[in-house]
Amino acid sequence: MKKQHRTLVLMTPSVFWLLAFFLLPMVIMAVFSFGSGELKFADMRFSLDTYQKFAETSAFWRLLGRSTLVAVYTALLSVLLAYPVAYLLAFYAGQHRGMLLTLIVIPSWISFLLRVLAIKILLGSNGPFVNMMESLGFAASSWPPLLYNRTAVIMTLVYTWIPFAALPIFSALERIEKPLLEASADLGAAPWRAFLRVTLPLSLPGVIAAFFFVFIPTLGEWVTPALMGGTNGIMYGNLIQDQFVRALNWPMGAVMSFVMMVLVILFLFVLTRFIKLSELLEG
Amino acid sequence: MKRTMAWVYFWLITALLYLPIVLLVIFSFNDSVLLTFPMKGFTLKWYGELFRDAELIKALSNSVVVGFTSSLAATIVGTMAAIGISRHRFFAKEFFLNVASLPLVVPYVVLGVAMLLLFRFVGIPLTLWTVGIGHVVVNIPYVLLIVAARLAGFDAHIEEAAMDLGANYWQTLLRVTLPISAPALLAAFLSSFSTSFDEFALTFFLIGTDTTLPIYLYSQMRFPSRLPLVLALAAVIIFATLITVVLLEWLRHLDQPRRRKKRLEIL
Repeated sequence: MKKQHRTLVLMTPSVFWLLAFFLLPMVIMAVFSFGSGELKFADMRFSLDTYQKFAETSAFWRLLGRSTLVAVYTALLSVLLAYPVAYLLAFYAGQHRGMLLTLIVIPSWISFLLRVLAIKILLGSNGPFVNMMESLGFAASSWPPLLYNRTAVIMTLVYTWIPFAALPIFSALERIEKPLLEASADLGAAPWRAFLRVTLPLSLPGVIAAFFFVFIPTLGEWVTPALMGGTNGIMYGNLIQDQFVRALNWPMGAVMSFVMMVLVILFLFVLTRFIKLSELLEG
Repeated sequence: MKRTMAWVYFWLITALLYLPIVLLVIFSFNDSVLLTFPMKGFTLKWYGELFRDAELIKALSNSVVVGFTSSLAATIVGTMAAIGISRHRFFAKEFFLNVASLPLVVPYVVLGVAMLLLFRFVGIPLTLWTVGIGHVVVNIPYVLLIVAARLAGFDAHIEEAAMDLGANYWQTLLRVTLPISAPALLAAFLSSFSTSFDEFALTFFLIGTDTTLPIYLYSQMRFPSRLPLVLALAAVIIFATLITVVLLEWLRHLDQPRRRKKRLEIL
């Protein structure tokens, strides 16, 4: 009895907080999305009108598809660029690995908005990058616009995600037992062959974790596209935000959020077939 | 050869990660509203103007208050849960862990919308309080992770010894468990504070008419003439962040019992 009492005292605050301010809001959002906009439970009528309107608006679906694609590109690029960094840290960095890992991670501690602003300044129409290219003889008119398009959104997101993508890959590579690699070399495997047949497969859980680690938050991203995307670069998250700020169509916003939530849970389900959620967090 | 190329790549990526931030700090000393090379001259006037911007000071103090309060709440609530999870067995523990880690993966726009609806339905007006409530939700998983890792790292027998020596359960928690986990608690608090201080995507939906620093920054980023001021502010924030990171690194080193043991062995 006493032991249970202790557990109860320890767990009550967090259970209450998560129930009241996390699960309950999700439930309310779901319920609200099946109503027709009433903000009181008493007035609520069941209606699928908003869902029907959502399903009929192909622009919504296109943007959802495009956002998924942006998230896939972002996650792929982040993993590709982060893999060599993680590899070097795990195999070549020796005793400095802790320090170098910190060096890579420090920029991600700096305010996200400020890093986006920094990139905007760097790539801006009269910014240092354009200056440099022009002094090298490349006129600004000869290359595609650097800001306010989908590429700018992806580049910015990749920039912010590289350190995070490197972490799970690094910890997967670090867990590989060195004798295994020596054995493959002793047995005559060329270095690249040893990499493809031994190192890469063994680091795959880390790679998958890194991919989803980037993919899932990127799917719901709205701040980066709002700042970097212009009109062509907006994502599904901006559409949701717009329903609450400008269009003031809250029911539609709730439906969109609900759809996004279902999508995220689906992807999480796929992910947890490969690794446990708690492992992802530890990475 | 392969090694050299790997190092070149590593330093290239590192340089790319730091380049925009360094440029931003350099431009904060530029004596012009145009952000381009060559710079016009060195000035500290933008820093001086920071102190005269009442709106900015208000946003900053709001951010500090929300950050401090919500991080304190998240650290207390999360630490209690971490102790419960690592030291006790209970019904639906696995389920709790799954729900507690969900805020890490739910898109903030969805969480923001959902919480906004909750506050509307219940009739709670949007204030800094609602922002703080949201920040606690987001930070509980991080606190849980940091503190639980620390609790797993030291021997539960120490707690049993304290109780054998006559301390009751809560005395043991206060006098043994918490002091031993102090570095992790501080790390959890600082990490929460930094998240809260920087949070925009969720805050945007929960804030009402007040401003926090990120909300202020976002609104200013649209006006080019305000940019130099924003840059000075950015440089100050970056500097403060670096101090926090160094502090956290130091805490992490304090927090490695293995190392201490090794040192003892050498002695």
